[in-house]
Amino acid sequence: MNAIVKASRRDFLKGSAALGGGLIVGFYLPPSGIAADLKPVAANAWVRISPDNQVTLVCHRNEMGQDVYTSLALLVAEELNVDVNKVAIEQAPVDPVYINSLLGAQITGGSTSIRDAWVKLREAGATARVLLTSAAAQRWSVPPAECVAANGYVSHAGGRRASYGELAGAAAQLPAPQNVALKKPAEFTLIGKQRHRLDSAVKARGQAQYGLDVSMPGMVYASLEQCPVPGGKVAAVDGARAKALPGVLAVVDIGEGVAVVADHYWTAKTAREALVITWDYGPGSTLDTVQIRATLREGAHRDGAIVRQAGDAAAALKSAARTVSAEYHSQLLAHATLEPMNCLALVSERGCDIWTSTQFPQGAQGVAAARSGAPAAQTRIWPQFIGGGFGRRLDVDFIGQAAAIAAAVPGKPVKLIWTREDDTRHDFYRPASFHTLAGGLDAQGKLVAFDYKMVSSSITNRMFPGVVKNDLDPFMTEGSANLAYEVPNAMQRVVIQEYGLRSGYWRSVSHALNAFAIESFFDELAHAAGRDAIAFRLELLGKLPRQQAVLERAAAESGWGKPLPAGTALGVAMMESYETHQALVARVSKSGKRLRLERLVYVVDPGVAVHPDQIVAQIQSGAVTGLINTLRSKITVRDGRIEQSNFDDFPLLRITQMPRIDVIVMQGGDKPGGIGEVGVPLTAPAVANAVFALTGKRVRSLPLADAGVEFV
Amino acid sequence: MTTLTINGKTLEVHAAPDTPLLWVLRDHLGMSGTKFGCGAGLCGACTVHLEGTPVRSCRIPLAAAQGARITTIEGIAADRVGAAVQAAWDRIDVPQCGYCQSGQVMAATALLARNPKPTDADIDAALVGNICRCGTYARIRAAIHGAAKSLEA
Repeated sequence: MNAIVKASRRDFLKGSAALGGGLIVGFYLPPSGIAADLKPVAANAWVRISPDNQVTLVCHRNEMGQDVYTSLALLVAEELNVDVNKVAIEQAPVDPVYINSLLGAQITGGSTSIRDAWVKLREAGATARVLLTSAAAQRWSVPPAECVAANGYVSHAGGRRASYGELAGAAAQLPAPQNVALKKPAEFTLIGKQRHRLDSAVKARGQAQYGLDVSMPGMVYASLEQCPVPGGKVAAVDGARAKALPGVLAVVDIGEGVAVVADHYWTAKTAREALVITWDYGPGSTLDTVQIRATLREGAHRDGAIVRQAGDAAAALKSAARTVSAEYHSQLLAHATLEPMNCLALVSERGCDIWTSTQFPQGAQGVAAARSGAPAAQTRIWPQFIGGGFGRRLDVDFIGQAAAIAAAVPGKPVKLIWTREDDTRHDFYRPASFHTLAGGLDAQGKLVAFDYKMVSSSITNRMFPGVVKNDLDPFMTEGSANLAYEVPNAMQRVVIQEYGLRSGYWRSVSHALNAFAIESFFDELAHAAGRDAIAFRLELLGKLPRQQAVLERAAAESGWGKPLPAGTALGVAMMESYETHQALVARVSKSGKRLRLERLVYVVDPGVAVHPDQIVAQIQSGAVTGLINTLRSKITVRDGRIEQSNFDDFPLLRITQMPRIDVIVMQGGDKPGGIGEVGVPLTAPAVANAVFALTGKRVRSLPLADAGVEFV
Repeated sequence: MTTLTINGKTLEVHAAPDTPLLWVLRDHLGMSGTKFGCGAGLCGACTVHLEGTPVRSCRIPLAAAQGARITTIEGIAADRVGAAVQAAWDRIDVPQCGYCQSGQVMAATALLARNPKPTDADIDAALVGNICRCGTYARIRAAIHGAAKSLEA
């Protein structure tokens, strides 16, 4: 485990430019303290095997709690036939071989890590195993088929045995085998069977190294005062008072703010208060929350882009026996990762080095090069454990800032640390959204028409503009484009409507926005039709047996349709997201004037469960993120400034508010779906539907507390 | 110069007396296990023990820590209860991102030291000040019960 703890201190992939793809020999510099002539050998870009038989996964995704370290190691270890608990993990540098095929960049996000790696990393493990077996066969002059690779050793029926480490050097000289065979699921000994995280112990001991924890000799600290109106700039700065304070080394104007660089963080942070800055607030200085809502509502008058269309929704609505219509709204949210944004940067004659917690090392490299002035080829990113991502660390603003500050004090490693208040006020916020919905029921109460429009800000237009084509942002249609229900006449649209505040990807992105509107509205439709909310849904799922199965299981597990204690009610929601099917039943009860969230029953079917216990953990974690969206948290804007600052006015869920959460994992497919974000989107509609069942009050806007629905 | 007693060792620190203990630990003493989350005593990520009592080190000025017996996550394994808590955390796989877990372990250890058999309500009351943004609360409760059980033996 030492490799995880101190990975950043190793210069472990200086030769990363050589990692062009396929099977290569890695150039590995061992940790200090080990003889420099020790030359471990890599099997490929992910697998390294050293002469002492240490197997290392070069982990190309960033660990932020979602368990990539163990789950990805499982994929390799399964095919390599080694004990996964003995695999060391190192964090990969930026390199094209590590690009996420599902996202087109070296990104950890979108619940893609396992889906992207499912074949790639098992092939990496299998390839290494075949090479090691061939090397042994050559050494012993026996047919490879007579050699068995297991538990870190290749052995031959004749009694000969060699460790992978002994064979790795010879194996790396062999040509790569083509079309290696992978195990059949029935042959898995680790996938679906493991129950332990490789990083639990170091995290329990406070030894895991996050970006904030990286330390270097001669390191100095920066605290950055940013324009209180996001998007504004420094017009003038008088840094004389700050600079005169003991311990202050420099005052640096980087455009969006002014940094104080000092010998210690506390010196920098307190000296920052002595800065006198005149701001150019820019066009955002009059923005407020009421205006944002009005702008979104106006956007609903535009046609936008068609997401999904069937039959003739307009005509079917006109001829329907009964129609229902509604408007829904979701609030702005901060990511509120517990580790505030921070970055250690060093600009020197070697270029620019960055140690940070990031979900987007490739983007980090680009912005660090641009803002430090170093060539991209000499800009190195050293990713660390992430103290909470939730999409915030897909943005690289703070990395660019650290690079810009470091460029002003060349040769000095500078650690930029945001305060919690900086973090809350300078986020890229989960977009607010506005939704219009209409449904038509026939005389039998069956849904025959559905009209839907979602209006929100496009994050993708800001970050990856090439992905948005014809006003269709694929990250805004999540939960709409893949709507599970089959409705004969449907018109689903999306409208990109900017409202003047920067927005960012927030765990589950638009799934949460669309699911709150759609799954609440389907509850309204069922109610209008006089139907049971689950029976009404099941009827519309004819072509999706896995979706039917999770819904039926959730009904059974939650006691749906059975007598409930007085003052108790259930609410249901369901969807497919990230190729995973799920259903959720929430149970709420009255507790005086307030309500109590008693229980959440999740049934998820990701197809294949790679690390089942961590799927349970991720769903529970998603539920907690979903409850932050549901209950009372919100970001509001006044005079262009974010009104919240810390955990007193932007509350996160505490242990006292944690409901019982049961997670049932089904495996109805032949490859894994995503999991990291799956638990998030359904809490709001399931809880809101339960609130309606209990109180008769239909809440169409988040958070629920704004409508007077308060939970203990 | 201020003298501190941390994890049984006496250390000298040169820092302004208003410097929060958190930053003395992290920046002056290189003990990065104690985390910075909010700087306002709202999240518990910086929890350490002062004379055995869990406190928010981001709110304790260096001057106020002088002379007191301080225990951090780096030293808690030397305590029988702390070691049991960390073992339970590992066994039950409590951490996700892990950033809050130093503080959670410190709060849990202090609880078990004064209440060897806590109920869920006791646990909630003792850990309400420790935010886990990932939502590992169910496992935190399970691990505290597990540690309590292992300490009975």
